[in-house]
Order: sequence, then structure tokens, then C-alpha cells
Amino acid sequence: MNPFAYSKPAAVNEALRLAGPNARFIAGGTNLLDLMKENVTRPERLIDINGLPLRGIDATASGGLRIGALVSNADLAWDARIEQRYPLLAQAILAGASPQLRNMASTGGNLLQRTRCYYFYDAGVPCNKREPGSGCPAKDGLNRIHAILGASDDCVAVNPSDMCVALAALEAVVIVAGPQGERRIDFADFHRLPGDTPERDNVLADDELILAVELPAEGFAAHSRYLKIRDRASYAFALVSVAAALELDGGIIRAARLALGGVAHKPWRRQEAEEVLIGKPASDETFALAADLLLEGARPLAHNGFKIELARRAVVRALGDAAHSIQHQGGRP
Amino acid sequence: MNAHAQPDSSPLGRPLDRVDGPLKVTGQARYAGEFNEGGLLYGSVVSSTIARGRVLSIDGAAAEAVPGVQLVLTHLNRPRLAADDDSYEDMDSAEGSAIRPLFNDRVLYSGQPLALVVADNLEIARHAASLVTIEYAAEAHQTDLVAALDQAHAAPAELPEPRGDAEAALLGAALSIELEYALPIEHHNPMEPHASTVLYQDDGSLLIYDKTQGPQNSQQYVQHVFLLDKEKVRILAPFVGGAFGSGLRPQYQLPLAVMAALVLKRSVRVTLTRQQMFTFGYRPRMLQRLRLGCTANGTLQAITHDAFAQTSRFEDFTEHVVEWSGMLYHCDNVRLGYQMVPLDVFTPLDMRAPGATEGVFALECAMDELACAAAIDPLQLRLLNFADTNQNEGKPYSSKELRACYAQGAERFGWDRRSMEPRSMRDGHQLVGWGMATGVWEAMQNPASARAALAADGTLTVSSATTDIGTGTYTVMTQIAAAAMGLPVEQVEFKLGDSSLPTAPLQGGSFTVSSVGTAVQQACTALQGKLFEVAQRLPQSPFAGAVLEQVEFVDGQLRLRESPETALAIAEVLAASGPLEAQADAKPDEKRDKFATATHSAVFVEVKVDEALGSIQVSRVVSAIAAGRVVNPKMARNQILGGVVWGIGMALQEETQIDHNLGRYMNHSLAEYHIPVNADIHDIEVIFVEENDDVVNALGSKGVGEIGIVGVASAVANAIYHATGKRIRELPITLDKLL
Amino acid sequence: MSATSLREGRSDPAAHSISLVLNGQPRQLDVLPWTTVLDLLREQLDLTGSKKGCDHGQCGACTVLLDGKRVNACLTLAVMLDGRDLTTIEGLANGDQLHPLQEAFVRHDAFQCGYCTPGQICSAVGLAREGRAQSRDEISELMSGNLCRCGAYNNILDAIEEALPATRGEGGA
Repeated sequence: MNPFAYSKPAAVNEALRLAGPNARFIAGGTNLLDLMKENVTRPERLIDINGLPLRGIDATASGGLRIGALVSNADLAWDARIEQRYPLLAQAILAGASPQLRNMASTGGNLLQRTRCYYFYDAGVPCNKREPGSGCPAKDGLNRIHAILGASDDCVAVNPSDMCVALAALEAVVIVAGPQGERRIDFADFHRLPGDTPERDNVLADDELILAVELPAEGFAAHSRYLKIRDRASYAFALVSVAAALELDGGIIRAARLALGGVAHKPWRRQEAEEVLIGKPASDETFALAADLLLEGARPLAHNGFKIELARRAVVRALGDAAHSIQHQGGRP
Repeated sequence: MNAHAQPDSSPLGRPLDRVDGPLKVTGQARYAGEFNEGGLLYGSVVSSTIARGRVLSIDGAAAEAVPGVQLVLTHLNRPRLAADDDSYEDMDSAEGSAIRPLFNDRVLYSGQPLALVVADNLEIARHAASLVTIEYAAEAHQTDLVAALDQAHAAPAELPEPRGDAEAALLGAALSIELEYALPIEHHNPMEPHASTVLYQDDGSLLIYDKTQGPQNSQQYVQHVFLLDKEKVRILAPFVGGAFGSGLRPQYQLPLAVMAALVLKRSVRVTLTRQQMFTFGYRPRMLQRLRLGCTANGTLQAITHDAFAQTSRFEDFTEHVVEWSGMLYHCDNVRLGYQMVPLDVFTPLDMRAPGATEGVFALECAMDELACAAAIDPLQLRLLNFADTNQNEGKPYSSKELRACYAQGAERFGWDRRSMEPRSMRDGHQLVGWGMATGVWEAMQNPASARAALAADGTLTVSSATTDIGTGTYTVMTQIAAAAMGLPVEQVEFKLGDSSLPTAPLQGGSFTVSSVGTAVQQACTALQGKLFEVAQRLPQSPFAGAVLEQVEFVDGQLRLRESPETALAIAEVLAASGPLEAQADAKPDEKRDKFATATHSAVFVEVKVDEALGSIQVSRVVSAIAAGRVVNPKMARNQILGGVVWGIGMALQEETQIDHNLGRYMNHSLAEYHIPVNADIHDIEVIFVEENDDVVNALGSKGVGEIGIVGVASAVANAIYHATGKRIRELPITLDKLL
Repeated sequence: MSATSLREGRSDPAAHSISLVLNGQPRQLDVLPWTTVLDLLREQLDLTGSKKGCDHGQCGACTVLLDGKRVNACLTLAVMLDGRDLTTIEGLANGDQLHPLQEAFVRHDAFQCGYCTPGQICSAVGLAREGRAQSRDEISELMSGNLCRCGAYNNILDAIEEALPATRGEGGA
């Protein structure tokens, strides 16, 4: 880690004043310190936001919940309201990282998790995301864990978060404060595709701070499933994950949400894939239609072609489990 | 001696708790990088980013400018080092020229240490190391075994001569199969990263805490490489946080820390990062080709087994890979081959059951495939071809209770309920499969010495320069000594991990109980002789006229075997004599020469494979072990459990992935190099079958550190075939291979 | 070591003064911003029971209890300890009386080399407090943030299963 200045403001305004291109906010620190130790990130100042009043989980006027940016992943997953009303979110969080990391990691920080691309993490090799313009060895290298959707010539990295896949499916809203005041960002717009600026994971400006994540009233509590497929039973990043949520009426699908993790630079959703389910019976045949639409345009690299078929099957399984209200520990199959 | 001859009070065979347990659970056990001293300096290693070439320049100016930096050490300002290959040899050297850290400007592999930044504290050292810039003249590299197969050469290993005519026998066989298996690079990744703390003494001597499996190996290496007098270097290793072979050779943090200490005349610690744990020895990537031929009823008629393993360009690393195919089953026509493929990588290194893990994997998968081809139960095929002698050596086994392993393991597992057909068992979405395999490992013994000393208060201290890498050596040696002297274990202390103690071999190969245990036993016997001499000279000695052979040492007493009431407390003898000590230099008994000696196992595995998604769970394992006498069943069981976990990791998860364009390992972290986590491990049952062996050594004990892993990965792969009908011949069997 | 003896960073203008309770004792320390809790413990306070297996939150060997919750000391900055309560493996036993989990780990031989052990035990204390693991499978999942390369997982589970009731029952530390 490089030397840096440290400050711990007590108010949001104060934190924003300290922000800038060479400063980073720190909450749980689980990803930031990891990156700093690898010399991937070298901030000159850390702004410790743990003194800010962003730890509440509060009801919103529209019947949803507002989750403060500093609520830990563990506190969120084990909050009784989340468990009962948004089990998809609870499942996704508990499928990620380890109990220790979930105790530390914050809601806001989870949204800012950076990719686990091997090349991004190794300062001894080129990477466009770490050093723009240096090249992308993953494209022609070890790319079994990389993107099949939405990738660019410059970057084939994937977003590693589980929680974000559920938040995308639940259509959460990210509330952000900046010098110009607050703004609300739909979850689908928060993360971005790499394009020719892969160094930017999301639309947050350097001087903006996440205050909260808002969940809408609808939590799909009766029929949802987070399914995570990985190389070991726990404590591993997803090869493919699915957040599936259904509203059923006598076996007929009235509403559906579907998001994929581990396949793109952001949680992957497609309106057509959800619309095709509406009004149809909850069956594997129906689910397969949605899977095909969701994966339309998928392009394999040398080692990750399996993800396309795996994701298809995972979507079918997750929707089936959601329909039958089946959940397994840690999001396992 | 055998188990039945021991008195009931003997600690041998008892499941005692680890004597070092309380230190480990309270955080008081200190490992190599945990000995602190005021003014200690910290070194941080700068590693190469290219796989082959030369260093043109190293710019350490920015690092040196950081306050607190004491030194940027490179090949240009290093202290004097030996310049001959012999000085760099160690007790586990491979054939060739060992690497010389910071010796010159040559870059031989990606991750090679090129500089050491030494600073007042760890944070400064690491930060400053990140500021060192190196300019290279890169050269074309090759790190891909498959691409370089045409450059293979014969391994410098003595293989058994071919017997019979395997080619002709294959042609004439009713049934023959030809198969190729591929294994990836694996890294040991003990939980404790390699570290050396060099404490620079006032007289210029070095007291070094090193992570090693052999303190005397490290001692000798430092002495020779730095041209020092023997008494100037002492190595300590009281606790070792796992090694599995990674500590069999001195690793580069040791010479780097010594260099800095010698240059600065200060105490220095160098601890490798987890990423740097991927920059030295490993289990090599390997291709294996097997051909098996049998009669229609399954009798083996021919085996050929050829292995192609990667090595470095500077050393040929060999292990016993193919030999097992010439001994595990009876077969009169066998040809074995072993080739090396040099690449721009570091030299491989022994890793848990080196060679057997790889070779037996291929053989035991091939046997399963042969069983399927011949429509014979896989266990039945093995029984049909049971070998009573080791045909490689033409010798009978000193003991071989493998049949009991098969029988007891199969019974416990319920093997007789297995259906032959693949894809015939199911549990919801999951396909269920059962597979089995045989395991084998040599039961070796090496020369070793030990000292036994009785203090005036009656406590016994026994010592030898071995280590306890989690194997339970502290405890087991305590038990052996206590049993030999007839003392309660609480009165016995075993000392290890110090190069100044009596000579011990490297802790490895499952030969520590056999080698050091025998020395401990003999040292105690020698001490008994001294006690008896004193006892005989005591006034009115009850032993006057007796000879040592008539005396036994039980319950803290010397007593006559025939009339146990004729007894004298050891304490009484010591009161007359004062402290006594004796040393023994043990070596393998000549009677071993006529026999082959080995441990065996039968492993039975159940897997559950998600039919659509390919995810695999090893839901049940039964491992039946024949390893002679078990000194401590609690610790021996733990060794086997660990071996099984390693086998599961090998089968399903472990693979160090190399980017051949960059010539560099890329998944160099514990997040991306997967080893099993708690949730991966389910029921594992360990059975030790009774095996009496009075040849292998006086203890009748063969060692259990390796046998637990051998065969496991094949049993898993065979079970996956049984579940899915898919043969995956390339490890690890990740879920994508089953889609 | 007394509460004020560790003032290495005092002369450094970058140092921050923090107060915490460490293993039940109030402590005041001056720390540099880039020092992690793990390096503070191991290199400055000579509390080497918390282990560094990876330094990146990928192994769990450094697990400590911060305000009673299990966290990775390698990914926590020492400067962020101000006002908090930190318990390490050295703070679990009550004098010579081992914590029930420590006893159970010895009895069940729930380790070999011992390097992951302090982290396993601290993690299990945290697990007990969370009160979420009831079944063996749940314990296994919620102990999966602690790698054991020796592969003693079955014994670790046995030890935790046995000691969980006694550990849940206890009050502080």
C-alpha cells in the first residue's frame, strides 16, 4: 500500500468536500484495501465514511425500503424485513464472499466491487481497465471466467457481485450525493458496459457518494430464487448466477424478473426475456424461451463458451425453483 | 515388537491429544515469520514480470528515497556467493544446477526474485518495492508442455527394466485399451507463507527461524552458499504452518534474508506474499499414456505407462510416477517410460505423495476403464490381479493387508449394492455415482539420530532435528519415547526443529515415524542400558546378577520381567547417578533388504452430480488404510482425512493456470486458485486395517502422511463416470467439462 | 506491554491516535493510516496469534472479533479501530482456562499445522454469536470463510458442533 492521508468526516457535506480524483471513500474496505495492496489502486487520501449517518434500513413512502450505504452485507441479509419481503436479496448476499467479509462489506461498497479478472489484479501485466491503453491479455489468454455478453475489444471483464444481480432484478434505485445535490440512478443504469473506457465500472463521478439503495415495494417474496454456480461449494466467485423472480397466479406468470451474474460487465437483464414469460404457464418450456432471449447475442471467448449453455440451463433451473419456492443454502443448485 | 506385546499402559496406539495443541489453539505457537526483536528489518521481494531474458537495469532510486528504506539489494550489490553448483545443492535437489538467487542478470522464469527492498517496517518495504522499476531484454519463452512435447528427453531416473514383452502381449490380448490423462500444475499453498527471520548475533553468527521441513537442510545450504563456518549458522523451526513438500528445499526467502542481514549486519525478516507462493516449486503438469491389455476374464496381460512431465531448463525434477504401474497389480509384461520437457518455468518440487498421486491417478482410472470394457466390477478386477510380490523388485512384501482394505472398505461403503451401469442412480436433479481406487506408497526408512536425556527430576527429554509440519511429530515421538522408557507421556518432552540437534532426515515421504521414531526408540534403549548399569551398582541392588534383557521399563520403574515385584524406580537410580543421556544413530535394518515395503489403501467414493448444471459434490468417502501399526489413531486419522481432502481438491478444483503468451501464472491467489472449503467436504470415514509388520522397523509402523491422497482423485473421477457416463481424463474435473 | 509504550508513530505527522479495548484492556495507540489491524497486531504489538495466510481476505487465518463480530484483520485499517472493542485469539482463554471452543479443537484434533486455527476459532466464536447456524450443513457453510489446507474440516465441524451450545451461552469476550 502506498502512503495516504486519512480523514474521517462526520457529515456528508464534509465527506464530499474531501472527495476528488485521487481520493477514495472507504467503508468496509474489503475490496479497496485488497486493490491497494496489489497496487491496482493508489489513492492519495482515504475518506473514512463510517462516521456518516447511513446505517439505517427505513420504510419509504412508496412501501419499499431505503438501505443506508453503510449497512453491512450481513446486517442486510439477516434483517427480518429483507428476509421476509426480499428473500432474493438475502439469498444473493449470503451466496457471496465469506461471513467475515459480509460483516465488513457495506451496501454501497458492494456496488463498487471491481472485477476479479486475473489480469486486472496483476500489476505486472497489461490491463486496459487498470492502465487504459495498455492492452487486454485476457482476450487471447485465460478467459474461462470472462464475459459472454456486452464485452468490448478493450475489456472482457465481468462484475463479480452477487448482491448487485439481485438488486438489478428487484429494480432498486441508487441514491447518490454530489456537489450538485442528490440524484437517483436506476440500478440498470448504475453499472456500465466497458466499451472503450473500461476503466469506468459505473456512472458515479469521483466526487459522488452513494447514500442509499432503495428497494421498491414489490419483493417477489413468494417466488424468487438466487442460483449461483461456481467452482467450489462456497467462497468463490460466480461462473454464472441467476436472480429469478416470479409473480404467479394459479400457475400463470403475471410478472417476471431475471438477471444474470458472472457473464458481463454488469448484471445482465433484457426486457424481452421477462416479457415473454408474462401470461404463460410456469414450465420449463416457457423458461427456456426466456433463457434464449436473455442470452441472445452471447459471444464466447476461447475458454468460456460453456457459460452460454450453463447460463441457459441455470435460468431454467432458477425460474423453476422460483416457481416452486425452492431455495438452497448459499444459492447452491 | 508388535501391538500385542505392549503392556496396557503403553501410550503406543492411544489417541492422545496433540501435545502442542494448547499452544496452537491459544495463538502461542510461533512460526518462522513471528519471532520479533527490536530493530528487526523487513524485506520485500521484487519479482520478474517476464519469463525469460536479461535484466538491463534495475532502478531502485525511488525506493531508496522512501524514508526508512535501508537497502535495495540486487545482483549488482549482493554479497559474495558461492560460484559452484555443489554449494547450492540441498537434500532434495533435482538433477542440474539449482537457481542462485540474485546471482546475475539472467531471468529464467516469471516471478523470479530480482531485488529485495529492506526497510524499517513491513509497510515501507512493500511500498518501496512497488517503486522499483526493472528494464528487461526479453527473449522468446515457452511454458506450454503440450507445445514443447517434441523437445522431451529421457528423465534421469532409474526405471524398472521392461519385463516380458508388453507390445506382443497387447497385440495378443483379448481386450486392450489405450488412454491419455492430463494433470495440471498444482501449488502446495500451505496456509503459512514461506518466511525466514534472520537474527544477526553480536558475533556475526546467524540464528535463523526458517519455514522448512529440514532445519539441517537449510543450515547446510546457508553455510555453503554464503561460504560460512558451520557454527555461524543455526536454523530453528519449532512450528511449521503446513508445507506438504514446499519446505523440502530451501526457498528463496531464506538466502535473500541472509544476504540482507550480512550486508547490513542487522536482523532481517523476509516473508513471501501469497502471490509469491506461486513462484517456486509445484506439482508439475503432466501427460500420461497408458495401455492395458487383459484376457476376456480380466487377467492383466500387459501394461505400458509413459509419463511426460514439465521441468525447468536448469533442473530435471523427477519423482516416482510410473513405477506403481509395475507393482500394484500382477502383470508379466510391463514397460514404463518417463520423459521430461524443459520449459521456461521454475523447477517442480515434491508435493504430497509426489509421483504416486499422478501415476496412480492414471493407472487407477485406466483400471476402471478396463473394468468397464471387460464388464467386470472394478473391485473384482483389482482382486483378480492382486500382486503378492512387488514384481519391479522381485521381492515379497514385508506386509500387505490390501485385501483387508478392499474388504472392510467395501463393506462399510456398501459397495455390493452398486449397479454396474453408469447413470443408474439418481437423487432428484442429481446423478449419483460410486467409484473406487487403490492407493499405494512406499514405506521408507532413512538414517536418523536421536538423543534421550533423563534429568535428575525424572523428566525425559528426547530430541532430533526433525520438524512437525502438522504431522503430529511432537506427539508421536513423545508417545514412542514414553512407551520405550515406561514413563507417562506427561513426563516426556520431545524437541525438534533445531539444526543443532542430532541428525534427522527431511520431514517428508511418510518416513519420519519410521526413521526418527526408530532413532528415538533406540536412544531410549541405549539410555535404559545406562540406567541398568547404574542400578546394578547400587548397594544391595536387586538387579545384581541380572542382565538387561531380563529387565523391562514400566510405570517409571525397572523391573524383572519374570518377577515384576523386583523393581526399582527410575527416580531412585537417577538420585544415585545424576542426569543421564544417550544417543542413537539408527539406520534401516538389513532384514528390510529382502522385502518390498509399502502402505496401501482402498478408497470408495460417492459423488452427486447435478445433471443439468454439472456441479459436483463428493458426498461420501471411505478410505481403508494398511500402514502397519498406528502410533496415534487420532492424528493418523487426521492425516488421512487431510489426504482425502487433498484428493478431492485435486480431482475437482486445483489448477495453477499459466498464460502462455505471458509465460506467467495468473490465478495466483487463494480466491482464484481453489482449494476445498469446509462446505466442499462431507462424510469421510477412515478405517485402519490391522497390519502386523516386524520387518519394516521395530515399531512396525509405516507412516501415513502420503497414503491418504493416493487414489482419491481417481476414485472421484471413476465415480463421476459412474454417475454421468462421461470419462473426464483431464484434471481438475470442473463443471464445464460435464456440460 | 503498557498502554502507552507503543508510540512508534508519534514522531510521524501522519500518525493518528486511537483508543480501543484490546482483549479486555483499554489501549491508546498511535498508528499510521496504512497499517492494517493484522500488521499492527503481529508486527507492533507482538500478538502473532492472528495469522497472515493471504493478506487479501481470501483465507480467514486473520479472523478476529471486532465489537463481537468476526472480521478479517488483514482488510481492516488500524486507524479505524478507534473507539472499538477488539478480541484476538490471545484474548479468548480465561487465564489458564481455555475457551470451550479451544478445548474442543484440541479434543477433536481440529487442526494439524495450527496456522489456520486461531482464525477458525475466532470465526467459530463469531458464528456462535450470530446464532444463524443450527445444522451441521449450516455450520459448514458459515465456516467456509476459513481455509484449512491440512484438510481438518471434519474435525473442525465436530469441535464446533460440540462447543456451540457452551459458546452461545457465554456472555462477553
